Amino acid sequence: MVSNMIRTEGLVKRYGKVIALDGLDLVVPTGTILGLLGPNGAGKTTAVRILTTLLEPDEGLVEVAGLDVRSHPNQVRERIGLSGQSAAVDEYLTGYENLEMVGRLYHLGRRESRARARELLDGFQLSDAGDRPSRTYSGGMRRRLDLAAALVARPDVIFLDEPTTGLDPRSRVQMWETIEELVRAGSTVLLTTQYMDEADRLAEDIVVVDKGRIIAHGTSDDLKLQVGGERIETVLANPDDVAPAQTILARLSVGEVRIDEQSRRLTAAVTDGTEVLRQVLQRFADANIAVVDVGLRRPTLDDVFLMLTGHVAEEANGTTGENSDGRPDSHPRDGRQKEVVR
Amino acid sequence: MRRVVLAFADGAVVAKRNLIKIKRVPDILIFTTMSPIMFVLLFGFVFGSSIHVPGVNYREYLIAGVFAQTVIFGAGFTGSGLAEDMTKGIIDRFRSLPMARSAVLIGRTGSDVLYNSISILVMSLTGLIVGWRIRTSPQQAITGFLILLLFSYAISWVMAYVGLKVSSVQVFQNASFMFIFPVTFIANTFVRSDLLPGPLRVFADWNPVSSVAQAVREAFGNTGSLPQPQVWSLRNPLAYSLIWVVVILIVFVPLSIRQYNQSSKRD
Repeated sequence: MVSNMIRTEGLVKRYGKVIALDGLDLVVPTGTILGLLGPNGAGKTTAVRILTTLLEPDEGLVEVAGLDVRSHPNQVRERIGLSGQSAAVDEYLTGYENLEMVGRLYHLGRRESRARARELLDGFQLSDAGDRPSRTYSGGMRRRLDLAAALVARPDVIFLDEPTTGLDPRSRVQMWETIEELVRAGSTVLLTTQYMDEADRLAEDIVVVDKGRIIAHGTSDDLKLQVGGERIETVLANPDDVAPAQTILARLSVGEVRIDEQSRRLTAAVTDGTEVLRQVLQRFADANIAVVDVGLRRPTLDDVFLMLTGHVAEEANGTTGENSDGRPDSHPRDGRQKEVVR
Repeated sequence: MRRVVLAFADGAVVAKRNLIKIKRVPDILIFTTMSPIMFVLLFGFVFGSSIHVPGVNYREYLIAGVFAQTVIFGAGFTGSGLAEDMTKGIIDRFRSLPMARSAVLIGRTGSDVLYNSISILVMSLTGLIVGWRIRTSPQQAITGFLILLLFSYAISWVMAYVGLKVSSVQVFQNASFMFIFPVTFIANTFVRSDLLPGPLRVFADWNPVSSVAQAVREAFGNTGSLPQPQVWSLRNPLAYSLIWVVVILIVFVPLSIRQYNQSSKRD
């Protein structure tokens, strides 16, 4: 068994003049789940397509299950399963027919393919719908079938390309539970998502990509640490109070004060949450600033992401903000200073 | 050898999937049977009633032309099917599986032979109703049907290439119509090619659609007392058609497989 199921180095992919991947380095140790987080067009799907042999990279090294994807594509295909945005189930076939067909195409043989199809339908709570064409399925059922199709050959590596995009909240949670079971069972998973809560919940290790480059890498906690500790979030009753409230918060917070004028919402990172919250409320009261809502919350990946990608946009015409190892350097912190209100 | 067996085994799995789709979507079967019926009736009665070709019963003459044209339309099903699979991400699923790279195309073109067989059967039955008859031996008639299927099979590979190259079913349909109409009308399908003016005549004489129609016409004994054609292609329509079938396959089988390997839905 290889120690890293997925490894890329300096992966580059261009579509004409557009650079989809700009030197992507990924390592996914065997038996772990990596979350590839980024907005639309960040290059997530391109990376999945290259790793699953659907697309040829322009430059760089790509290894899956210890095999060079470019020189041994068919051997790689035998050991991977792909699900999500990148691949689809046939809507005219029943769930059973879809899985049986995939089994046959993995060359499991007729009997094994049939048994495996039934087994997976059972495991994914699809046995009742198994003999109905999949176009009659709900969105959540179709995604489960899609995931089941990726698991037919018990692959070493599973690629989940935005597995919950477009699902209703209940189906999302169901899907998350299914993925969590996979990981508990020891599968190696690469998950792409544009949802912070999804990466936060499912992935131990998270790589944030934007414009084909890695802008942050670490555990969910690492990333949150980069943004600072807790947040004070307050909504003011009166728009005229925004400026004085900003001044008060800026004095007590460690980083930027984020302002949403529309909803009169101010957010600030703080170190000693409860104590600062008490002080803020005291000073607000002294200044006659009325609040509709106030609270303390832990930073979310949204905070991380907004901060990191915001800066990349700022620095687009200057020097690049990343080191060659793909970890963010000090630039984001410099950038944050600009937003601090003094 | 093992690779070839595997390619056909995988192809059979894909073909089965395509046939299940025809079963599940009755519209496809209705269209498959309705349009040939429509073509035979339309051409048989609209043109057949007003056009007179001396020396032959025109309605019998044009049936071979309708057959040739319809199987080319039928081959278009290969391209639209692949274009649809591509836009829906099914091709990506197939391409991520350890199956033979040629299997999806072998399966698709294979299942479309059956699709075309159904349409030929329906056309023949409709033809019999409007007065068309096979005036030769069963062996010769079978040759006629076989050349139709072989030619449509070859055209399927051309359509496969185009279907994988374009971005949507809509684009494919527009593109294939622009190809199918001139190629099937500037031919001896519905008129005698030797009566066409200058360049059109040359094109029609050497157009493989003409030779296929001519071969089918001869195989069914529908040539009446028409004069022998002058050009080699139409004097030896079977040989000339087979040359085209072989050349098309030699060019488009590898080209389509290469296109399949490169094609991928972009995000």
